[in-house]
Amino acid sequence: MNDESKTPKVKMAGKGVEVFYGAKQAINGIDLEVYERQVTALIGPSGCGKSTYLRCLNRMNDTIDICKVKGLLTLDGEDIYDPNIDVVELRARVGMVFQKPNPFPKSIYENITYGPRIHGLAKSKADLDVIVEKSLRGAGLWEEVKDRLLEPGTGLSGGQQQRLCIARAIAVQPEVILMDEPCSALDPIATAIVEELIGELREQYTIVIVTHSMQQAARVSQRTAMFHLGDLVEVDDTETIFTNPSEKRTQDYITGRFG
Amino acid sequence: MSLSAIILVVVVLGVIGWFVGVSRSKSLVAGNVSQLHSRPTYYGSYIFVWAVLPAIFVAAIWSIVSPIYVDNQVRGHLPAEVLSQEQAQQNLSMNIVQSIARGLNTLSSENRPADDVTIEDLKPILAEQGVAIAGSGETYMITSARQMNSMTRSSETMRAVVVIALSLIGFVLAYMQITAKLRARNKVEGVVTGALIVASSIAILTTVGIVFSMLSETTRFFSSVPMTDFFFGVVWDPRFANASDPNAAGQFGLIPLLAGTLYIAFVAMLVAVPVGLFSAIYMAEYAGPKLRSVAKPLLEVLAGIPTIVYGFFALVTVGPFLRDLSAQISGIVSDGGSSFIQAQSVLTAGFVMGIMLIPFVSSLSDDIITQVPGSMRDGSLGLGATRSETVRKVILPAALPGVVGALLLTASRAIGETMIVVLAAGVAARLTINPFEPMTTVTVKIVSQLTGDLEFNSPQTLVAFALGLTLFFITLALNVYALYIVRKYREQYE
Repeated sequence: MNDESKTPKVKMAGKGVEVFYGAKQAINGIDLEVYERQVTALIGPSGCGKSTYLRCLNRMNDTIDICKVKGLLTLDGEDIYDPNIDVVELRARVGMVFQKPNPFPKSIYENITYGPRIHGLAKSKADLDVIVEKSLRGAGLWEEVKDRLLEPGTGLSGGQQQRLCIARAIAVQPEVILMDEPCSALDPIATAIVEELIGELREQYTIVIVTHSMQQAARVSQRTAMFHLGDLVEVDDTETIFTNPSEKRTQDYITGRFG
Repeated sequence: MSLSAIILVVVVLGVIGWFVGVSRSKSLVAGNVSQLHSRPTYYGSYIFVWAVLPAIFVAAIWSIVSPIYVDNQVRGHLPAEVLSQEQAQQNLSMNIVQSIARGLNTLSSENRPADDVTIEDLKPILAEQGVAIAGSGETYMITSARQMNSMTRSSETMRAVVVIALSLIGFVLAYMQITAKLRARNKVEGVVTGALIVASSIAILTTVGIVFSMLSETTRFFSSVPMTDFFFGVVWDPRFANASDPNAAGQFGLIPLLAGTLYIAFVAMLVAVPVGLFSAIYMAEYAGPKLRSVAKPLLEVLAGIPTIVYGFFALVTVGPFLRDLSAQISGIVSDGGSSFIQAQSVLTAGFVMGIMLIPFVSSLSDDIITQVPGSMRDGSLGLGATRSETVRKVILPAALPGVVGALLLTASRAIGETMIVVLAAGVAARLTINPFEPMTTVTVKIVSQLTGDLEFNSPQTLVAFALGLTLFFITLALNVYALYIVRKYREQYE
C-alpha cells in the first residue's frame, strides 16, 4: 500500500460505519476501502459483523426493520445512504450472491433475464438471448445448461445453482459483486469451480467476498480485512495478512487458535 | 351393577395398579431406578392400561350387544299370532313391551303387581309413575316385559362379573410381567399411538356415516323423482301445498338452485379475492411487525362474526343502500327513474358474503406468502427489483399454487353459506343472469324443505337430502382439488 503506483482506484469506501440491530451495536465504526477490480475478502469469526458490513454495501440491511446504519458509505465517491439515492439503482450497480444458492422457481432462462427485464436492459428477445448466453458463459455454466435453458433453475445441482445465481447477478452488468460465503453450501469440487470463476470475474468486476475459509481467502483475494466483535482488526494485502499480520488477533485467528 | 359403577371400579383398579406398578418396579431394582429399562411411571401406566383398556372395551361391546340379544330372545317368545304379523307391527308391539318393562322397573317392590295382573289393571299403576302405555297394550306383553327385565338383570350381573374379573386378570398379568428389562415405555407409547389413531378415525368415520345417511334418503328420493329431472330440470316448484296429494308431483329442478349458488359465490369471490389477496400481500410483505401484530388479528375477527350477523348487515344496510343508489343513478339518466337493483339481490348477497370471506382469503394467503423462503426476496431485491416487482414476479408466482388452493377452500365455504343468502338474496328459486334480482341457493332450499311439518317420506322433504348430497360432493371435490394443489406446492421447497 505504500507503493502509490500499485494502488488501484477506490471503488467503495466506508467511514465510521456503525450498524445497530435495535439497541445492539453490531459494527462499531469501521473505515474500509474496496479497490476497483480486486477481490476483497472479509474474514473473522462468526458474529463479527462481516456479513452485516457486506449487506450495508448494497443496502440489503434496509429490508431488516430494526437495522440502522450510521456513518458514510460511498460508491465512486457518492454517499449511498443519501436520501436522494435510488436504492433500486444502487442494487443494480452493486449485485449480490448469497450464502445459499437461491434461484427463483423459474426456468434457467427466466432466472437470468429477470434482472435485465426489470431494468429494461434489453430491447428485444434477441438482446435477451445474447445477455443469457453472455452471462452464463461469464459464470462458466453455458456449456452445461445450453440445451436446457427452459428447465427450472431449481433442478440444477448446488454448485450449478450458485453459478446460476452469479450469472443472474452479472446479467444486470453491475460494477461491484458482493458474495456472502458463496461456497459454504457447496462441495469441494463445486467450490473449486466457483473460486476459479471469481478469479476470472475480477478482470471486469470489483468483488467483495465474505468467507469462513482461510484457504479460500488466500486463494481468491488480493486484499483481506479481518473483523472481530464488530471491529475491523486490520486490513492489508492478502499476502501480508497471511504471512505477516501486524495484529496478534489476526495471527491467532488465521492459525486457528480462536474463532 | 350399572355401567358407570363398573367403569368406576375398573378405573379405581387401574389407579391402584399404577401405584403398584411404580412401587413394584422400584423394589425390583432396590430403588436403583437407572437399572430399569423405563422410568417407574411407565410400569405404573403399563398396569393401568392392562387393567382398564380390555375391561372397558368388553364392557362397551357387552352394553351394545346385550340389548339386541335380549330383544331378539323376547321377540322369539311372543305369541304366534304376533310373530305372524308384519315387521312394522311387531316393532310396535316390542316398543310397548319395552315401555312396560321400563315401567315395571320403576315400581318399588311392595307395590309390584301380582303375577297374573292384566294390562287394564297395570295401566293406571304405571301411569302414576309417569309411564304411559299405548292403547293396543295386551296382557301377554306383561309376561314378555317380565322376561325382558329378568334377562336384562342377569345380563347386567354377568357384565359386572366378567368386566371386573377381566380387569383383575389384566392387572395380575401385567404385574407378573414387570421385570427390570420390560420395555414398558415402548408399550405404553404404542397405546398412545393407538389412541391417536382411534381419535382420527372417528372424524373420518363420521364423514362416511354422514354420506351414507344422506345416501339412503337420497335413493328414496330418486325412486320417486327421476334423476334426470333433478339434475337437468330448470324449474324448481316442489308444490308444498299439495304435498299430501300423490298426483300433484312437484318439479325438482336443481339447475336454478345450482346457478344461484354458483352465481352468488362467484360475486362473493369477486369481492373477496382482490381485497383479501391485496391485504395478505400488504400484511406479509409491507407491514411492519407492530402494525402486523395489531392489524392481522383485527382482520381475523371478521372471520369470527356469525354469518347471521352479516345477514342483518345485508338486509338492513347494504340492500337498501344499493337499492337507493340505483334509484338515484337511474334518476340521473331519466326523471323519476326506478331502482334497478332490488333490495334482495345476488349482488347484495355476493357483496356481503365477499366481505365475510376476506379474512379467509387474506389469512390463508398470508400464511402461504410468508412461507415463500426469504432467500427468494433477497435474491430479487439484490438484483435491484422493487418490492412490488418482487411480489409480482417472484413471490406471487412461487406462492400461486398455494394461493389457488386457499381460494378453492374459500370458494367451497361460499358455496355452503346459508344465512347471508336467506336474508340478502331471498328464497325465490329463479334462473336469471341479472345480478340485481333475487336468486337463491341450494343450502337455503335445504333449510326451507326441511322446516315444514311434512312427513319424511314425501319427495318434498327427501329432496333436501339429494340437494345436501350434491352440495357435499361439490364442496368435497373442491376441497380435494385444493388440498392436491396445496400439497404439490409444499413439495417445491423441501
